[in-house]
Amino acid sequence: MNQPTDNTTSISLVLAGSGGSGVITAGNMLLAAAAKAGWYGLMTRSAGPQIRGGEAAALLRLSSEPVSAQPDRYDLIIALDWLNFERFADEIPLDKDTVIIGDASAAKKTPAFVTEGPARRGDIDFKSMSKAIPGGRPNMIALGTIGALIGLPEDALDAALSDALAKRGEDAIAASRAGAEAGRAIAAEMPATPKLPTPEGEKAGRWLISGNEAAGLGAIRGGVRFVAAYPITPATEILEWMSPALTKVGGVLVQAEDELASINMAIGGSYGGVPALTATSGPGLALMTEAIGLAVASEVPVVIVDVMRGGPSTGIPTKSEQSDLNMALYALPGDAPHIVVAPNSIRDCVFTTQWSVHLAEAMQTPAIVLSDQALGQAKSVIAAPADIAFFAQRETATTPAEGEEYQRYAVTASGVSPMAVPGTPGCAYTADGLEHNPRGTPSGGAKDHHIQLDKRQRKTDDFDYGQHWADQAGEGDTVVLTWGSCTGPVLEALDNLAGTEQSARMVSMRLLMPAPKEQLANALEGAKRVIVVEQTHSGQFMGYLRANIDLPKNVEHHCTPGPLPIRPGDIETLIKEGTPS
Amino acid sequence: MTAETALAPKHSPRDYKSDIKPVWCPGCGDYSVLGSITKAFSELNLDPENVAVISGIGCSSRIPAYTDCYGFHGVHGRSLPLAAGLKVARPDMTVLVASGDGDGFSIGGNHFMHACRRNVDLTYVVMDNRVYGMTKGQASPTTEPDWDNALTPGGSGISPFRPLVIALAAGANFIARGFSGDQNGTAKLLKEAIEHPGFSFVQILSPCVTFRPDQKTWKDDVHDAAVDPTDEIGRAARRLMTDDGFNTGVLYKGEREAFQPPIGEATATVADLEGKFAL
Repeated sequence: MNQPTDNTTSISLVLAGSGGSGVITAGNMLLAAAAKAGWYGLMTRSAGPQIRGGEAAALLRLSSEPVSAQPDRYDLIIALDWLNFERFADEIPLDKDTVIIGDASAAKKTPAFVTEGPARRGDIDFKSMSKAIPGGRPNMIALGTIGALIGLPEDALDAALSDALAKRGEDAIAASRAGAEAGRAIAAEMPATPKLPTPEGEKAGRWLISGNEAAGLGAIRGGVRFVAAYPITPATEILEWMSPALTKVGGVLVQAEDELASINMAIGGSYGGVPALTATSGPGLALMTEAIGLAVASEVPVVIVDVMRGGPSTGIPTKSEQSDLNMALYALPGDAPHIVVAPNSIRDCVFTTQWSVHLAEAMQTPAIVLSDQALGQAKSVIAAPADIAFFAQRETATTPAEGEEYQRYAVTASGVSPMAVPGTPGCAYTADGLEHNPRGTPSGGAKDHHIQLDKRQRKTDDFDYGQHWADQAGEGDTVVLTWGSCTGPVLEALDNLAGTEQSARMVSMRLLMPAPKEQLANALEGAKRVIVVEQTHSGQFMGYLRANIDLPKNVEHHCTPGPLPIRPGDIETLIKEGTPS
Repeated sequence: MTAETALAPKHSPRDYKSDIKPVWCPGCGDYSVLGSITKAFSELNLDPENVAVISGIGCSSRIPAYTDCYGFHGVHGRSLPLAAGLKVARPDMTVLVASGDGDGFSIGGNHFMHACRRNVDLTYVVMDNRVYGMTKGQASPTTEPDWDNALTPGGSGISPFRPLVIALAAGANFIARGFSGDQNGTAKLLKEAIEHPGFSFVQILSPCVTFRPDQKTWKDDVHDAAVDPTDEIGRAARRLMTDDGFNTGVLYKGEREAFQPPIGEATATVADLEGKFAL
């Protein structure tokens, strides 16, 4: 486990309070300040089920190096009040070195897991202090205290604060500065936390972005210009970010009446020749499956981003899980070859979504992008994503020569048939969910069915996915096989073990369907140990792997459901000690 | 009338028909509706490649493949969102949606309300025969409550709903009723519906000779709407609430602006968007 040491590489802290106390605002300012200072950082949010006014917490991890996972433990917890704080107990591992600062006036309300825990305590009288400052607020005092404790340069915090409050005017900025100053002054009286090495100042080539924003940007990079949307937690931010962004680049977003409508609108827009997308979460994907099957049969490209949350049913809307995997792979009626890809970091949400647009358009089939809440709703300082030239490149048809007939579903070697954009003379055809012959005429005949099944399968089976099917890292004859948001903690564990006897490799699968069987078998060659890591209860990823490759008999399995994140320490222990029985 | 529109149409109705033989029963009203649709296209001088016919599932929803226009035969009940997506993405296309009383009012009922409300420039043609024909004779939302059938013996016991009233309440911009037995009259209605901006709803009474032979009498039941079309919503509501379900003609014409967000007009580059994330 990462105990604080003199050469601390990351600091983890929680800022908690009741809704409206401004902890998320302060968390965002802190992350922005860290970015300005030259640090990397990751912020996740945790909140109760209340729409407004429930408990909320900003969980931050800051570091001189890119942050890929939630931490194993927390260095500092500041609670502006203790409202329902016990609900966070599972999510906030603390130990004897954790510093906990609470509101002095509410000390009696401190929950048992804090008072009885091994942590070090400090108290700040947030209420009186903020009352003494005109317009002062406890969250700004806490912000100042945190900055001083962890070694965040004053000017970076000051700049972040001014940026965030620019629209609120000079008075608001002055009040917040005064609050932060008071918080800084009192920090000396608090138990010390580790400090990060002094940062070197703002770095060019870094972005501050959430996974949902990154997915939206990736889609637009890839060429998506039509989006139909129905709001759902935790995917809504993709749609809210894309709405004005699309308008700026000549695209459009339409709010639909439900997910049945949003997917069908997206298919309609794409049929019209405009690359299209919709984004949703598990319950919405369930509603969309019939129409996704239509897109397979009628060969209309479309991208569906599923930001997964805890299931089944309504489940845990605000928390992450990888348990829509089976639905994305298998829920469509019939034999329905489609694409399933998964981003494995916030940064990769840009690439994988962009790639999915390229894949859907190139193969004229739906592509499901399996992101999750841990990626989507987390915000991170990242190295600017590479500008990779994957764009929507649909093979379109032109007016046939005199005497020739356009066949929408012509049988070709690749399986891809030129698709006529409506408006093209001489190519009018009816796209159909009914099985059809090459011309598109409905047909229930065995021959037509077999030919079209083969053709559609060929499109995805024979496509060259290149190196992007997986990300691989590390060295050793132990292979950790994982996907999606589990990748971050695995990478950190591998980093910690690099150069030791326990050094291991990781294969993180980006392409899930069609299953890259050959590539996967090659990647596992020579492995003495294979450890499968996933965030489900039933082992959906393991089931998928077993269906597609030969795994060693002694394959190990780390399989835990949400909502708790998989932490680097879990994986490190697993590699060192084996799967606990 | 200008000299131009007085010229003979560029395309005859036949030019909009494909060579695919319909699956419909002999005597089905939908043959005639197909004829009305192609006649309307012809009279409007539309190029077949600039027209899309979109549908869901059911007997009437088979129409796209029987035209020589662009078409999409989608899944059950979802023709309206499919068509709205196409029209918003491609405002240059003329989009006609074909549906039936089961597809349009039962499984697709929610989309019907919201399509009326959204007011995308679509023409929605519902061939209403008060029965599910493709699945061989079950009650639909417009079926009489005592109509006996295998799935709900003795009748569904549920009052039929009034699609035209719902369309009006939900905000449709044009409401008309036609009868498949009057091919020319229906073509005229469709022509007007296509030309009217926003969401135009045309219910076409189209008898099912196989499962509802009792509908033979419809030819005697239908009658022209006794009054001119109104643009006054209160009058339209009263008329639609009290009509006998058989008066045909344009019954309401609204003036709401069609929903068409701008598309294709970029004011920024993708790099500009990315700049917002750069530190």
